[in-house]
Amino acid sequence: MNKKPKFKMSAMAKREERWGLIFVAAPAIGFVLFMAWPIIFAILTSLTKWNGSKGFAGMMSKYCGLDNYVKLFQDTKFWKTVLTTVIYLIGIPVGMILGLILAMGMNRKIPGVRVLRTMYYVPVISSLVAVSILWAWVYNYDYGLLNVIIKTLTGHHGPNWLGDEILIKVSMIIFMVWKGLGTSIILYLAGLQNIPRSYYEAAMVDGANGWQKFKNITLPLLSPVTFYILVTTLIGGFQVFVEVQVMTNKGGIGYSAATIVYYLYEKAFESYQLGYASAISLVLAVIVFIITALNFKVQKHWVKTID
Amino acid sequence: MAREDKDIVASAVVSPKERTINIVVFILLCLGAVVMVFPLIYMVMTSFMTKNQILSGSLKVIPSPWVFGKYGEVLNKANFISGVLNTVKVEIPVLLIGGFTSSLAAFSFAKMKFRAKNAIFMGLLATIMIPFAVIMIPQYVMFTKMKWTDTLLPLIVPACFGNVSMIFFLRQNLSSIPNDLMDAAKLDGCGYFRTFAQIFFPLMKSAVGTQLTLWFMGIWNDYLAPVIFLRSEANWTLQVVIRSFNAYYAIQSDYALIMAASVIAMIPTIVLFFCFQRVIIESVAISGIK
Repeated sequence: MNKKPKFKMSAMAKREERWGLIFVAAPAIGFVLFMAWPIIFAILTSLTKWNGSKGFAGMMSKYCGLDNYVKLFQDTKFWKTVLTTVIYLIGIPVGMILGLILAMGMNRKIPGVRVLRTMYYVPVISSLVAVSILWAWVYNYDYGLLNVIIKTLTGHHGPNWLGDEILIKVSMIIFMVWKGLGTSIILYLAGLQNIPRSYYEAAMVDGANGWQKFKNITLPLLSPVTFYILVTTLIGGFQVFVEVQVMTNKGGIGYSAATIVYYLYEKAFESYQLGYASAISLVLAVIVFIITALNFKVQKHWVKTID
Repeated sequence: MAREDKDIVASAVVSPKERTINIVVFILLCLGAVVMVFPLIYMVMTSFMTKNQILSGSLKVIPSPWVFGKYGEVLNKANFISGVLNTVKVEIPVLLIGGFTSSLAAFSFAKMKFRAKNAIFMGLLATIMIPFAVIMIPQYVMFTKMKWTDTLLPLIVPACFGNVSMIFFLRQNLSSIPNDLMDAAKLDGCGYFRTFAQIFFPLMKSAVGTQLTLWFMGIWNDYLAPVIFLRSEANWTLQVVIRSFNAYYAIQSDYALIMAASVIAMIPTIVLFFCFQRVIIESVAISGIK
Protein backbone atom coordinates (compact mmCIF):
# COMPACT_ATOMS: atom_id res chain seq x y z
CA MET A 1 0.00 0.00 0.00
CA ASN A 2 2.90 2.30 0.69
CA LYS A 3 4.38 2.17 -2.75
CA LYS A 4 4.13 5.81 -3.71
CA PRO A 5 7.07 7.24 -5.60
CA LYS A 6 9.20 8.77 -2.90
CA PHE A 7 10.92 11.47 -4.95
CA LYS A 8 7.74 13.17 -6.08
CA MET A 9 5.85 14.12 -2.99
CA SER A 10 2.94 16.45 -3.00
CA ALA A 11 2.70 19.20 -0.40
CA MET A 12 -0.06 17.25 1.26
CA ALA A 13 1.98 14.07 1.50
CA LYS A 14 4.84 16.10 2.95
CA ARG A 15 2.53 17.53 5.56
CA GLU A 16 1.28 14.08 6.42
CA GLU A 17 4.82 12.82 6.70
CA ARG A 18 5.75 15.64 9.07
CA TRP A 19 2.75 15.14 11.33
CA GLY A 20 3.07 11.38 11.25
CA LEU A 21 6.60 11.67 12.55
CA ILE A 22 5.64 14.22 15.20
CA PHE A 23 2.94 11.88 16.48
CA VAL A 24 5.37 9.00 16.97
CA ALA A 25 8.10 11.27 18.32
CA ALA A 26 7.39 10.64 22.01
CA PRO A 27 7.88 6.85 21.97
CA ALA A 28 10.77 7.21 19.52
CA ILE A 29 12.57 9.72 21.74
CA GLY A 30 11.74 7.61 24.80
CA PHE A 31 13.28 4.65 23.01
CA VAL A 32 16.52 6.55 22.36
CA LEU A 33 16.78 8.02 25.87
CA PHE A 34 15.68 5.07 27.97
CA MET A 35 16.57 2.07 25.80
CA ALA A 36 19.16 2.68 23.10
CA TRP A 37 21.42 4.98 25.07
CA PRO A 38 21.31 2.80 28.20
CA ILE A 39 22.28 -0.23 26.11
CA ILE A 40 25.31 1.58 24.69
CA PHE A 41 26.15 2.78 28.17
CA ALA A 42 25.83 -0.77 29.52
CA ILE A 43 28.26 -2.02 26.88
CA LEU A 44 30.78 0.67 27.86
CA THR A 45 30.29 0.01 31.56
CA SER A 46 30.81 -3.71 31.08
CA LEU A 47 34.35 -2.94 29.90
CA THR A 48 35.28 -1.27 33.18
CA LYS A 49 35.66 -2.01 36.88
CA TRP A 50 33.52 1.00 37.76
CA ASN A 51 31.79 1.27 41.14
CA GLY A 52 29.70 4.28 40.22
CA SER A 53 31.97 7.03 41.52
CA LYS A 54 33.40 10.12 39.78
CA GLY A 55 31.04 10.11 36.81
CA PHE A 56 31.80 9.18 33.24
CA ALA A 57 35.51 10.03 33.48
CA GLY A 58 35.74 7.90 36.59
CA MET A 59 34.20 5.05 34.69
CA MET A 60 36.55 5.26 31.71
CA SER A 61 39.58 5.45 34.03
CA LYS A 62 38.61 1.98 35.26
CA TYR A 63 38.73 0.53 31.75
CA CYS A 64 39.70 -3.14 31.83
CA GLY A 65 38.86 -4.47 28.38
CA LEU A 66 37.12 -7.82 28.38
CA ASP A 67 38.29 -8.78 31.89
CA ASN A 68 34.73 -8.87 33.25
CA TYR A 69 33.63 -11.32 30.59
CA VAL A 70 36.66 -13.55 31.14
CA LYS A 71 35.98 -13.49 34.86
CA LEU A 72 32.30 -14.16 34.27
CA PHE A 73 32.94 -17.31 32.32
CA GLN A 74 35.03 -18.67 35.19
CA ASP A 75 32.57 -17.54 37.86
CA THR A 76 30.99 -20.73 39.23
CA LYS A 77 28.44 -18.74 41.21
CA PHE A 78 27.24 -17.15 37.96
CA TRP A 79 26.94 -20.52 36.24
CA LYS A 80 25.01 -21.82 39.19
CA THR A 81 22.46 -19.06 38.71
CA VAL A 82 22.32 -19.81 34.97
CA LEU A 83 21.57 -23.43 35.75
CA THR A 84 18.89 -22.50 38.27
CA THR A 85 17.29 -20.11 35.78
CA VAL A 86 17.21 -22.88 33.18
CA ILE A 87 15.78 -25.37 35.70
CA TYR A 88 12.96 -22.93 36.43
CA LEU A 89 12.09 -23.02 32.74
CA ILE A 90 10.74 -26.54 33.30
CA GLY A 91 7.66 -24.73 34.53
CA ILE A 92 6.99 -23.46 31.01
CA PRO A 93 6.12 -26.78 29.30
CA VAL A 94 4.35 -27.93 32.47
CA GLY A 95 2.21 -24.80 32.43
CA MET A 96 1.56 -25.09 28.72
CA ILE A 97 0.43 -28.72 28.89
CA LEU A 98 -1.77 -28.07 31.92
CA GLY A 99 -3.12 -24.93 30.28
CA LEU A 100 -3.97 -26.78 27.09
CA ILE A 101 -5.72 -29.61 28.95
CA LEU A 102 -7.76 -27.17 31.02
CA ALA A 103 -8.59 -25.04 27.99
CA MET A 104 -9.79 -28.11 26.11
CA GLY A 105 -12.00 -28.92 29.07
CA MET A 106 -13.42 -25.41 29.04
CA ASN A 107 -14.00 -25.56 25.30
CA ARG A 108 -16.69 -28.20 25.84
CA LYS A 109 -20.31 -27.39 26.30
CA ILE A 110 -20.28 -26.97 30.04
CA PRO A 111 -21.81 -24.31 32.25
CA GLY A 112 -19.91 -21.57 34.03
CA VAL A 113 -16.91 -21.48 31.72
CA ARG A 114 -16.51 -17.76 32.21
CA VAL A 115 -16.50 -18.01 35.97
CA LEU A 116 -14.00 -20.88 35.85
CA ARG A 117 -11.77 -19.01 33.45
CA THR A 118 -11.81 -16.02 35.78
CA MET A 119 -10.87 -18.13 38.80
CA TYR A 120 -7.85 -19.56 37.01
CA TYR A 121 -6.86 -16.08 35.94
CA VAL A 122 -6.95 -14.35 39.34
CA PRO A 123 -3.35 -15.34 40.26
CA VAL A 124 -2.13 -13.72 37.03
CA ILE A 125 -3.44 -10.29 37.91
CA SER A 126 -2.46 -10.54 41.58
CA SER A 127 0.56 -8.63 42.77
CA LEU A 128 3.66 -10.77 42.37
CA VAL A 129 5.09 -9.46 45.64
CA ALA A 130 1.90 -10.26 47.54
CA VAL A 131 1.54 -13.79 46.17
CA SER A 132 5.25 -14.45 46.69
CA ILE A 133 4.80 -13.51 50.34
CA LEU A 134 1.76 -15.75 50.43
CA TRP A 135 3.56 -18.74 48.92
CA ALA A 136 6.60 -18.32 51.14
CA TRP A 137 4.09 -18.62 53.97
CA VAL A 138 2.39 -21.64 52.35
CA TYR A 139 5.83 -23.33 52.15
CA ASN A 140 6.76 -22.42 55.74
CA TYR A 141 8.33 -25.45 57.43
CA ASP A 142 6.54 -25.31 60.78
CA TYR A 143 3.21 -23.61 60.14
CA GLY A 144 2.79 -23.39 56.38
CA LEU A 145 -0.42 -24.58 54.75
CA LEU A 146 1.33 -27.26 52.71
CA ASN A 147 3.02 -28.97 55.64
CA VAL A 148 -0.10 -28.67 57.76
CA ILE A 149 -2.02 -30.49 55.03
CA ILE A 150 0.71 -33.13 54.75
CA LYS A 151 0.73 -33.61 58.51
CA THR A 152 -3.06 -33.92 58.65
CA LEU A 153 -3.15 -36.42 55.78
CA THR A 154 -0.12 -38.59 56.58
CA GLY A 155 0.69 -37.91 60.21
CA HIS A 156 4.28 -37.08 59.26
CA HIS A 157 5.91 -33.69 59.21
CA GLY A 158 6.39 -32.44 55.65
CA PRO A 159 9.76 -31.47 54.20
CA ASN A 160 11.44 -28.12 54.55
CA TRP A 161 10.34 -26.81 51.17
CA LEU A 162 12.45 -23.68 51.06
CA GLY A 163 15.32 -25.11 53.08
CA ASP A 164 16.60 -27.72 50.66
CA GLU A 165 18.62 -27.09 47.51
CA ILE A 166 16.39 -29.24 45.29
CA LEU A 167 13.02 -28.78 46.95
CA ILE A 168 13.39 -25.01 46.85
CA LYS A 169 13.57 -25.20 43.05
CA VAL A 170 10.56 -27.51 42.90
CA SER A 171 8.68 -25.11 45.17
CA MET A 172 9.54 -22.13 42.99
CA ILE A 173 8.45 -23.98 39.84
CA ILE A 174 5.11 -24.98 41.38
CA PHE A 175 4.57 -21.39 42.43
CA MET A 176 5.43 -20.00 39.00
CA VAL A 177 3.15 -22.49 37.23
CA TRP A 178 0.32 -21.48 39.57
CA LYS A 179 0.96 -17.80 38.90
CA GLY A 180 1.07 -18.07 35.11
CA LEU A 181 -1.37 -20.87 34.32
CA GLY A 182 -4.31 -18.53 33.70
CA THR A 183 -2.58 -16.86 30.77
CA SER A 184 -1.97 -20.06 28.85
CA ILE A 185 -5.53 -21.21 29.52
CA ILE A 186 -6.97 -18.01 28.09
CA LEU A 187 -4.68 -18.04 25.08
CA TYR A 188 -5.33 -21.70 24.31
CA LEU A 189 -9.06 -21.32 24.85
CA ALA A 190 -9.17 -18.43 22.38
CA GLY A 191 -7.11 -20.52 19.96
CA LEU A 192 -9.46 -23.49 20.32
CA GLN A 193 -12.52 -21.34 19.74
CA ASN A 194 -10.89 -20.10 16.57
CA ILE A 195 -10.63 -23.54 15.01
CA PRO A 196 -13.51 -24.02 12.56
CA ARG A 197 -15.75 -26.86 13.61
CA SER A 198 -15.95 -28.06 10.03
CA TYR A 199 -12.39 -29.41 10.35
CA TYR A 200 -13.45 -31.80 13.08
CA GLU A 201 -16.57 -32.79 11.19
CA ALA A 202 -14.56 -33.59 8.11
CA ALA A 203 -12.21 -35.67 10.24
CA MET A 204 -15.17 -37.48 11.78
CA VAL A 205 -16.46 -38.36 8.33
CA ASP A 206 -13.03 -39.80 7.59
CA GLY A 207 -13.35 -41.93 10.75
CA ALA A 208 -10.62 -40.24 12.78
CA ASN A 209 -10.57 -41.01 16.50
CA GLY A 210 -10.15 -38.49 19.30
CA TRP A 211 -6.39 -38.76 19.51
CA GLN A 212 -5.99 -38.43 15.74
CA LYS A 213 -8.20 -35.34 15.72
CA PHE A 214 -6.13 -33.85 18.54
CA LYS A 215 -2.83 -34.68 16.87
CA ASN A 216 -3.74 -33.72 13.32
CA ILE A 217 -6.12 -30.80 13.83
CA THR A 218 -6.00 -29.31 17.31
CA LEU A 219 -2.25 -29.28 17.90
CA PRO A 220 -1.19 -27.97 14.48
CA LEU A 221 -3.88 -25.28 14.47
CA LEU A 222 -2.91 -24.21 17.96
CA SER A 223 0.75 -24.01 17.01
CA PRO A 224 0.72 -20.20 16.56
CA VAL A 225 -0.62 -19.85 20.11
CA THR A 226 1.92 -22.35 21.41
CA PHE A 227 4.63 -20.38 19.67
CA TYR A 228 3.43 -17.10 21.17
CA ILE A 229 3.29 -18.54 24.69
CA LEU A 230 6.71 -20.12 24.26
CA VAL A 231 8.36 -16.90 23.06
CA THR A 232 6.85 -14.66 25.71
CA THR A 233 7.31 -17.03 28.64
CA LEU A 234 10.90 -17.78 27.66
CA ILE A 235 11.72 -14.07 27.54
CA GLY A 236 10.07 -13.68 30.94
CA GLY A 237 11.56 -16.89 32.32
CA PHE A 238 15.09 -15.58 31.94
CA GLN A 239 14.22 -12.52 33.98
CA VAL A 240 12.87 -14.11 37.14
CA PHE A 241 13.81 -11.96 40.10
CA VAL A 242 10.99 -10.82 42.38
CA GLU A 243 10.02 -14.35 43.43
CA VAL A 244 13.58 -15.05 44.52
CA GLN A 245 14.04 -11.80 46.38
CA VAL A 246 10.76 -12.01 48.24
CA MET A 247 10.56 -15.75 48.93
CA THR A 248 14.13 -16.59 49.84
CA ASN A 249 16.72 -15.26 52.19
CA LYS A 250 19.52 -13.93 49.95
CA GLY A 251 19.02 -16.46 47.18
CA GLY A 252 18.17 -19.42 49.41
CA ILE A 253 20.31 -22.08 51.01
CA GLY A 254 23.63 -22.38 49.19
CA TYR A 255 22.38 -19.76 46.71
CA SER A 256 20.25 -22.56 45.26
CA ALA A 257 17.25 -20.42 44.30
CA ALA A 258 19.12 -17.44 42.86
CA THR A 259 18.57 -16.58 39.21
CA ILE A 260 20.75 -14.64 36.77
CA VAL A 261 18.89 -11.40 37.41
CA TYR A 262 19.05 -11.91 41.15
CA TYR A 263 22.83 -12.33 40.97
CA LEU A 264 23.09 -9.29 38.74
CA TYR A 265 20.98 -7.26 41.18
CA GLU A 266 23.24 -8.20 44.07
CA LYS A 267 26.37 -7.33 42.13
CA ALA A 268 25.00 -4.00 40.96
CA PHE A 269 23.05 -2.68 43.91
CA GLU A 270 24.56 -4.40 46.91
CA SER A 271 28.26 -4.58 46.09
CA TYR A 272 28.26 -1.80 43.46
CA GLN A 273 30.26 -3.75 40.90
CA LEU A 274 28.53 -1.94 38.09
CA GLY A 275 31.00 -3.10 35.43
CA TYR A 276 30.68 -6.74 36.33
CA ALA A 277 26.91 -6.50 36.69
CA SER A 278 26.65 -4.86 33.26
CA ALA A 279 28.62 -7.72 31.76
CA ILE A 280 26.13 -10.16 33.31
CA SER A 281 23.21 -8.15 31.97
CA LEU A 282 24.62 -8.18 28.44
CA VAL A 283 25.27 -11.90 28.52
CA LEU A 284 21.65 -12.26 29.63
CA ALA A 285 20.47 -10.05 26.77
CA VAL A 286 22.46 -12.11 24.29
CA ILE A 287 20.99 -15.35 25.68
CA VAL A 288 17.45 -13.96 25.41
CA PHE A 289 18.14 -12.67 21.91
CA ILE A 290 19.57 -15.99 20.71
CA ILE A 291 16.68 -17.98 22.18
CA THR A 292 14.09 -15.67 20.66
CA ALA A 293 15.82 -15.67 17.28
CA LEU A 294 16.08 -19.45 17.43
CA ASN A 295 12.39 -19.64 18.21
CA PHE A 296 11.52 -17.56 15.18
CA LYS A 297 13.86 -19.57 12.98
CA VAL A 298 12.55 -22.95 14.05
CA GLN A 299 8.89 -21.88 13.95
CA LYS A 300 8.76 -22.29 10.16
CA HIS A 301 9.05 -26.02 10.68
CA TRP A 302 6.25 -26.49 13.15
CA VAL A 303 3.98 -23.45 13.29
CA LYS A 304 1.00 -23.77 10.95
CA THR A 305 -1.72 -21.30 10.16
CA ILE A 306 -5.39 -21.88 9.47
CA ASP A 307 -5.01 -21.00 5.81
CA MET B 1 -14.76 -19.38 7.70
CA ALA B 2 -18.53 -19.82 7.84
CA ARG B 3 -18.45 -21.26 11.30
CA GLU B 4 -21.68 -19.89 12.75
CA ASP B 5 -23.98 -22.18 10.79
CA LYS B 6 -21.78 -25.19 11.49
CA ASP B 7 -21.93 -24.37 15.18
CA ILE B 8 -25.68 -24.61 15.18
CA VAL B 9 -25.60 -28.02 13.51
CA ALA B 10 -23.04 -29.33 15.97
CA SER B 11 -24.74 -28.01 19.08
CA ALA B 12 -27.89 -29.89 18.24
CA VAL B 13 -26.24 -33.28 18.82
CA VAL B 14 -25.06 -33.98 22.34
CA SER B 15 -25.02 -37.70 22.96
CA PRO B 16 -25.50 -39.20 26.46
CA LYS B 17 -21.86 -40.29 26.42
CA GLU B 18 -20.80 -36.73 25.63
CA ARG B 19 -22.96 -35.55 28.51
CA THR B 20 -21.24 -37.82 31.04
CA ILE B 21 -17.84 -36.65 29.82
CA ASN B 22 -18.97 -33.06 30.19
CA ILE B 23 -20.05 -33.65 33.77
CA VAL B 24 -16.74 -35.28 34.67
CA VAL B 25 -14.80 -32.48 32.95
CA PHE B 26 -16.87 -29.89 34.77
CA ILE B 27 -16.15 -31.46 38.17
CA LEU B 28 -12.43 -31.68 37.41
CA LEU B 29 -12.32 -28.07 36.26
CA CYS B 30 -14.09 -26.98 39.43
CA LEU B 31 -11.62 -28.90 41.59
CA GLY B 32 -8.75 -27.28 39.71
CA ALA B 33 -10.29 -23.85 40.16
CA VAL B 34 -10.59 -24.44 43.90
CA VAL B 35 -6.91 -25.42 44.05
CA MET B 36 -6.02 -22.23 42.18
CA VAL B 37 -8.04 -19.92 44.37
CA PHE B 38 -7.51 -21.70 47.66
CA PRO B 39 -4.13 -20.10 48.50
CA LEU B 40 -5.70 -16.68 48.02
CA ILE B 41 -8.66 -17.55 50.24
CA TYR B 42 -6.26 -18.92 52.81
CA MET B 43 -4.43 -15.60 52.63
CA VAL B 44 -7.59 -13.67 53.41
CA MET B 45 -8.51 -16.10 56.20
CA THR B 46 -5.06 -15.86 57.77
CA SER B 47 -5.40 -12.11 57.94
CA PHE B 48 -8.37 -12.59 60.31
CA MET B 49 -6.71 -15.19 62.56
CA THR B 50 -5.11 -14.81 65.95
CA LYS B 51 -1.39 -15.43 66.23
CA ASN B 52 -2.16 -18.51 68.33
CA GLN B 53 -4.30 -20.05 65.64
CA ILE B 54 -1.76 -19.28 62.92
CA LEU B 55 1.04 -20.89 64.90
CA SER B 56 -1.02 -23.85 66.09
CA GLY B 57 -0.20 -25.90 63.00
CA SER B 58 -3.72 -27.26 62.69
CA LEU B 59 -5.64 -27.36 59.46
CA LYS B 60 -8.34 -24.92 60.37
CA VAL B 61 -8.99 -22.49 57.57
CA ILE B 62 -11.82 -20.61 59.25
CA PRO B 63 -10.61 -18.09 61.82
CA SER B 64 -11.81 -18.69 65.38
CA PRO B 65 -12.24 -16.14 66.72
CA TRP B 66 -12.42 -13.66 63.86
CA VAL B 67 -10.03 -10.78 64.43
CA PHE B 68 -10.67 -7.75 62.29
CA GLY B 69 -8.16 -5.44 63.92
CA LYS B 70 -5.24 -6.17 61.59
CA TYR B 71 -6.75 -4.19 58.74
CA GLY B 72 -7.12 -1.12 60.93
CA GLU B 73 -3.57 -1.63 62.13
CA VAL B 74 -2.25 -1.77 58.57
CA LEU B 75 -4.21 1.31 57.53
CA ASN B 76 -2.81 3.18 60.50
CA LYS B 77 0.78 2.53 59.51
CA ALA B 78 2.15 5.75 58.06
CA ASN B 79 4.43 4.00 55.59
CA PHE B 80 1.59 1.87 54.23
CA ILE B 81 -0.50 4.95 53.48
CA SER B 82 2.46 6.73 51.94
CA GLY B 83 3.07 3.64 49.81
CA VAL B 84 -0.46 3.82 48.44
CA LEU B 85 -0.17 7.56 47.82
CA ASN B 86 3.17 7.19 46.04
CA THR B 87 1.77 4.52 43.78
CA VAL B 88 -1.17 6.76 42.96
CA LYS B 89 1.20 9.66 42.30
CA VAL B 90 2.93 7.49 39.71
CA GLU B 91 -0.29 6.15 38.20
CA ILE B 92 -2.01 9.44 37.44
CA PRO B 93 0.60 11.26 35.34
CA VAL B 94 1.74 8.07 33.62
CA LEU B 95 -1.74 6.99 32.58
CA LEU B 96 -2.76 10.48 31.46
CA ILE B 97 0.38 11.48 29.59
CA GLY B 98 1.57 8.02 28.60
CA GLY B 99 -1.94 7.08 27.55
CA PHE B 100 -2.09 10.15 25.33
CA THR B 101 1.33 9.68 23.70
CA SER B 102 0.63 5.98 23.13
CA SER B 103 -2.77 6.57 21.51
CA LEU B 104 -1.40 9.30 19.30
CA ALA B 105 1.51 7.14 18.17
CA ALA B 106 -0.79 4.20 17.54
CA PHE B 107 -3.01 6.40 15.37
CA SER B 108 0.01 7.57 13.40
CA PHE B 109 1.35 4.04 12.94
CA ALA B 110 -2.04 2.72 11.86
CA LYS B 111 -3.46 5.47 9.67
CA MET B 112 -0.76 7.84 8.47
CA LYS B 113 1.87 7.50 5.79
CA PHE B 114 5.46 8.50 6.40
CA ARG B 115 8.88 7.21 5.61
CA ALA B 116 10.53 4.69 7.94
CA LYS B 117 7.16 4.03 9.58
CA ASN B 118 7.54 0.27 9.64
CA ALA B 119 11.19 0.50 10.67
CA ILE B 120 10.32 2.69 13.65
CA PHE B 121 7.44 0.43 14.59
CA MET B 122 9.48 -2.76 14.38
CA GLY B 123 12.26 -1.07 16.36
CA LEU B 124 9.84 -0.23 19.14
CA LEU B 125 8.35 -3.70 19.06
CA ALA B 126 11.78 -5.30 19.36
CA THR B 127 12.30 -3.56 22.70
CA ILE B 128 9.87 -6.03 24.26
CA MET B 129 12.68 -8.53 23.91
CA ILE B 130 15.25 -6.42 25.77
CA PRO B 131 15.49 -7.49 29.39
CA PHE B 132 14.88 -4.69 31.87
CA ALA B 133 17.98 -5.97 33.64
CA VAL B 134 20.14 -4.57 30.83
CA ILE B 135 18.86 -1.04 31.02
CA MET B 136 18.32 -0.81 34.76
CA ILE B 137 21.96 -0.18 35.66
CA PRO B 138 22.49 2.64 33.13
CA GLN B 139 19.12 4.10 34.03
CA TYR B 140 20.06 3.98 37.70
CA VAL B 141 23.32 5.79 36.94
CA MET B 142 21.45 8.34 34.84
CA PHE B 143 18.75 8.97 37.43
CA THR B 144 21.32 9.25 40.22
CA LYS B 145 23.24 11.83 38.22
CA MET B 146 20.05 13.80 37.62
CA LYS B 147 19.28 13.56 41.35
CA TRP B 148 16.00 11.82 40.58
CA THR B 149 16.50 8.88 42.93
CA ASP B 150 14.99 10.85 45.80
CA THR B 151 11.82 11.47 43.82
CA LEU B 152 9.24 9.42 41.95
CA LEU B 153 10.40 10.78 38.59
CA PRO B 154 12.32 7.62 37.53
CA LEU B 155 9.00 5.77 37.53
CA ILE B 156 7.02 8.57 35.90
CA VAL B 157 9.09 10.23 33.19
CA PRO B 158 10.19 7.23 31.08
CA ALA B 159 6.65 5.84 31.08
CA CYS B 160 5.19 9.14 29.85
CA PHE B 161 6.93 8.60 26.51
CA GLY B 162 4.53 5.78 25.78
CA ASN B 163 4.04 2.08 26.21
CA VAL B 164 4.98 -0.25 23.38
CA SER B 165 2.41 -2.93 24.07
CA MET B 166 -0.35 -0.34 24.29
CA ILE B 167 0.75 1.15 20.95
CA PHE B 168 0.79 -2.32 19.47
CA PHE B 169 -2.74 -3.17 20.62
CA LEU B 170 -4.25 0.15 19.65
CA ARG B 171 -2.65 -0.05 16.23
CA GLN B 172 -4.18 -3.50 15.85
CA ASN B 173 -7.51 -2.11 16.97
CA LEU B 174 -7.37 0.82 14.54
CA SER B 175 -6.62 -1.42 11.59
CA SER B 176 -10.24 -2.60 11.70
CA ILE B 177 -11.46 0.96 11.11
CA PRO B 178 -11.69 1.70 7.37
CA ASN B 179 -9.15 4.05 5.86
CA ASP B 180 -11.94 5.91 4.04
CA LEU B 181 -12.57 7.78 7.25
CA MET B 182 -9.05 9.10 7.13
CA ASP B 183 -9.33 10.07 3.48
CA ALA B 184 -12.62 11.84 4.09
CA ALA B 185 -11.09 13.83 6.92
CA LYS B 186 -8.18 14.79 4.67
CA LEU B 187 -10.51 15.92 1.89
CA ASP B 188 -12.43 18.06 4.35
CA GLY B 189 -9.17 19.73 5.28
CA CYS B 190 -9.36 18.45 8.81
CA GLY B 191 -5.96 18.76 10.54
CA TYR B 192 -4.21 15.56 11.55
CA PHE B 193 -4.41 16.20 15.25
CA ARG B 194 -8.07 17.05 14.99
CA THR B 195 -8.65 13.90 12.95
CA PHE B 196 -7.09 11.96 15.79
CA ALA B 197 -8.80 13.77 18.63
CA GLN B 198 -12.28 14.11 17.18
CA ILE B 199 -12.68 11.15 14.87
CA PHE B 200 -10.34 8.30 15.76
CA PHE B 201 -9.89 8.72 19.50
CA PRO B 202 -13.63 8.39 20.19
CA LEU B 203 -13.63 5.24 18.05
CA MET B 204 -10.82 3.63 20.02
CA LYS B 205 -11.96 4.81 23.43
CA SER B 206 -12.91 1.39 24.75
CA ALA B 207 -9.64 -0.15 23.55
CA VAL B 208 -7.75 2.69 25.23
CA GLY B 209 -9.71 2.03 28.40
CA THR B 210 -8.77 -1.65 28.39
CA GLN B 211 -5.13 -0.89 27.79
CA LEU B 212 -5.06 1.75 30.52
CA THR B 213 -6.64 -0.71 32.94
CA LEU B 214 -3.93 -3.25 32.15
CA TRP B 215 -1.27 -0.57 32.46
CA PHE B 216 -2.72 0.57 35.78
CA MET B 217 -2.37 -2.99 37.07
CA GLY B 218 1.17 -3.20 35.76
CA ILE B 219 2.22 -0.03 37.57
CA TRP B 220 0.34 -1.03 40.70
CA ASN B 221 2.11 -4.40 40.84
CA ASP B 222 5.54 -3.19 39.71
CA TYR B 223 8.31 -3.97 42.11
CA LEU B 224 11.71 -4.19 40.41
CA ALA B 225 11.93 -0.62 39.09
CA PRO B 226 10.71 0.97 42.35
CA VAL B 227 13.05 -1.11 44.47
CA ILE B 228 16.02 -0.04 42.38
CA PHE B 229 15.26 3.60 41.72
CA LEU B 230 13.64 4.76 44.94
CA ARG B 231 16.35 5.28 47.49
CA SER B 232 14.48 7.05 50.26
CA GLU B 233 11.81 5.21 52.19
CA ALA B 234 9.45 8.18 51.97
CA ASN B 235 9.10 7.52 48.22
CA TRP B 236 8.55 3.79 48.36
CA THR B 237 5.59 2.54 46.38
CA LEU B 238 3.10 0.08 47.81
CA GLN B 239 4.78 -3.12 46.60
CA VAL B 240 8.09 -2.11 48.13
CA VAL B 241 6.32 -1.28 51.38
CA ILE B 242 4.55 -4.63 51.67
CA ARG B 243 7.77 -6.45 50.92
CA SER B 244 9.42 -4.51 53.76
CA PHE B 245 6.47 -5.39 55.99
CA ASN B 246 7.09 -9.02 55.17
CA ALA B 247 10.74 -8.77 56.16
CA TYR B 248 10.00 -6.80 59.32
CA TYR B 249 6.91 -8.48 60.76
CA ALA B 250 7.88 -12.05 59.91
CA ILE B 251 10.47 -11.81 62.68
CA GLN B 252 7.64 -11.06 65.08
CA SER B 253 5.55 -13.83 63.47
CA ASP B 254 2.83 -11.28 62.82
CA TYR B 255 1.62 -13.12 59.73
CA ALA B 256 -1.91 -11.83 60.08
CA LEU B 257 -0.64 -8.29 59.62
CA ILE B 258 1.51 -9.26 56.64
CA MET B 259 -1.41 -11.02 54.99
CA ALA B 260 -3.77 -8.13 55.71
CA ALA B 261 -1.33 -5.71 54.09
CA SER B 262 -0.93 -7.99 51.07
CA VAL B 263 -4.69 -8.43 50.74
CA ILE B 264 -5.25 -4.67 50.74
CA ALA B 265 -2.48 -4.30 48.16
CA MET B 266 -4.24 -6.79 45.90
CA ILE B 267 -7.76 -5.41 46.20
CA PRO B 268 -7.58 -2.63 43.56
CA THR B 269 -6.29 -4.88 40.78
CA ILE B 270 -8.72 -7.66 41.65
CA VAL B 271 -11.69 -5.30 41.75
CA LEU B 272 -10.66 -3.76 38.42
CA PHE B 273 -10.25 -7.19 36.96
CA PHE B 274 -13.70 -8.30 38.04
CA CYS B 275 -15.24 -5.13 36.63
CA PHE B 276 -13.53 -5.36 33.26
CA GLN B 277 -12.76 -9.06 33.03
CA ARG B 278 -14.45 -9.60 29.69
CA VAL B 279 -12.48 -6.95 27.84
CA ILE B 280 -9.26 -7.72 29.72
CA ILE B 281 -9.43 -11.42 28.90
CA GLU B 282 -10.35 -10.63 25.30
CA SER B 283 -7.37 -8.34 24.97
CA VAL B 284 -5.05 -11.00 26.40
CA ALA B 285 -6.57 -13.66 24.16
CA ILE B 286 -6.15 -11.54 21.03
CA SER B 287 -2.43 -11.14 21.68
CA GLY B 288 -1.95 -14.85 21.12
CA ILE B 289 -3.97 -15.09 17.94
CA LYS B 290 -2.54 -12.08 16.12
